[in-house]
Amino acid sequence: MIALENAAYNYGGGELLSDISLRLAPGSFHFLTGPSGAGKTTFLKLCYADLQPTSGRVTIFDRDVRTLTRDDVALTRRRIGVVHQDCQFLDHLPLAANVMLPLTVAGKMGDAQDVSDLLGWVGLSQLADARPPSLSGGERQRAALARAIITGPDVILADEPTGNLDWEMSLRLLTLLVELNRMGKTILIATHDLNLIRQAKAQVAARVLRIRNRRIQLAGADL
Amino acid sequence: MTRGSFDNPLKADLHADRVVPPTGFTARLTVFTSLAMTFLAVFALALSMAAGRLAERWSDSLQGTATIRISAPQDQIDTQVAAVLALLTVTPGIASARALEDQEQRDLLAPWFGPDLPVDALPLPRLIEIKEDSAGYDAEGLRQRLTAEAPGAVLDDHTRWRRPLAVAASRLRLLGVTSIILITCAMGAMITLAANAALAANLQVIRVLRLVGAKDTYIVRAFVRRFTLRAFSGAIAGALLGMGGVALLPGVDEAGGFLTGLGFQGLGWLFPLLLPVLAGIVAFAATRFAAFRTLKGLP
Ligand SMILES: Nc1ncnc2c1ncn2[C@@H]1O[C@H](COP(=O)(O)OP(=O)(O)O)[C@@H](O)[C@H]1O
Ligand SMILES: [Mg+2]
Repeated sequence: MIALENAAYNYGGGELLSDISLRLAPGSFHFLTGPSGAGKTTFLKLCYADLQPTSGRVTIFDRDVRTLTRDDVALTRRRIGVVHQDCQFLDHLPLAANVMLPLTVAGKMGDAQDVSDLLGWVGLSQLADARPPSLSGGERQRAALARAIITGPDVILADEPTGNLDWEMSLRLLTLLVELNRMGKTILIATHDLNLIRQAKAQVAARVLRIRNRRIQLAGADL
Repeated sequence: MTRGSFDNPLKADLHADRVVPPTGFTARLTVFTSLAMTFLAVFALALSMAAGRLAERWSDSLQGTATIRISAPQDQIDTQVAAVLALLTVTPGIASARALEDQEQRDLLAPWFGPDLPVDALPLPRLIEIKEDSAGYDAEGLRQRLTAEAPGAVLDDHTRWRRPLAVAASRLRLLGVTSIILITCAMGAMITLAANAALAANLQVIRVLRLVGAKDTYIVRAFVRRFTLRAFSGAIAGALLGMGGVALLPGVDEAGGFLTGLGFQGLGWLFPLLLPVLAGIVAFAATRFAAFRTLKGLP
């Protein structure tokens, strides 16, 4: 699905990520950990073609991101659900319209029932008509997850999706992601919440990647 | 990429329209600009159409007539008139020629000197009116032969004063057309500025749309549709106001001068209605250009 070969990235002040080689196989479940500032968000941006590697190669759905036109990037993003760390919404539209946005921009009619089911799943049924600025951090993150999965993407990338959630809600969200994985979706979650990772390992065969010294390594049983 | 593809800005794409929040002052700026510019353009159009009519009238009504003026001592004048008339009958290109009667000459002069002009007592030149046929005559050749046959005869073929008038009228028309072009360009520039302001104010919205998989054309369409509709509606109001202003001008015949002829006639009233269409096309092109340029600079 997504493959990196000797990929490196640098914002201009020395390499942040170096010599990264990794394949996200279809149906796999990965966690990505590392201290704050290690480059987790940057890594995810490489995976959804928001950034291009400064060296090496990133391939998404078998296409080198350097060969993608702007329209190709748009089409690629429709197949990847991303929960962004800063979860941005269109503040002038109600939450339900925001959750449907990926369908809207793709020219598809959203099924109102699907949207309300999805909002129910993430516990936001009451807030379908609320404007995003009035939501709490946790509510925004749940809404961001709903928006990420509404198109039924093949891959789901989540950047600190439980950062603002209490433990109970974190577990609910994890359960949802595990369920999506069982349906065949490829999942990558960036988090520094080790409890969440332990909890997940009890439910699914998840691999844990750790960014250390600009490189990615597979974490062992030390978690 | 699909940049070359044509997006119908009027297509009912309500979703695309709603994803961009209301754009405040740029909306009012666009409506006001198109209203004011179209209002001005209506007058420029009226000016150029009136000037065009005038230029045509002057060349048409004078086409094909000329006058020969004969000034000579009293005892020679009748001989010279006869000689000129004889010459004219054999000159190719002349359809008819006749000497004006005293009464006709008196009528011609009356507006300037009053009805009691003692024509007989004054050494007035005699006038011969000639009409040319469709082939036309050779004015220079006729002048030379007149000098030989009747030394007191002068050919006045009207072109001397007709030409500067016709030139002035067509310059005026050119001025009107130039004004419309300049107004159109100014409107395009203002709408580009307004669109750029709207785009700059919505960079965050554009970013979110890109992240959820919107193509550039989708985002561009949201802005283009909005600005096109605004420019169109502002221009409709401006055109109607301008046409109202032109309709309130005094009619053509009241005083007979040039200024009173400044208006639209018959089907000419349809032309100002094309201006809102032009405004819509300008807004469409300007916004589309501005939006694609902005998007190209974004990730
Ligand atoms: N747009 C940017 N320009 C320059 N530096 C950046 C930019 N984005 C992130 N960084 C830097 O890159 C490093 C890694 O950031 P990030 O990928 O967000 O880490 P993480 O998500 O693991 O906390 C940080 O030091 C951050 O300051
Ligand atoms: Mg981060």
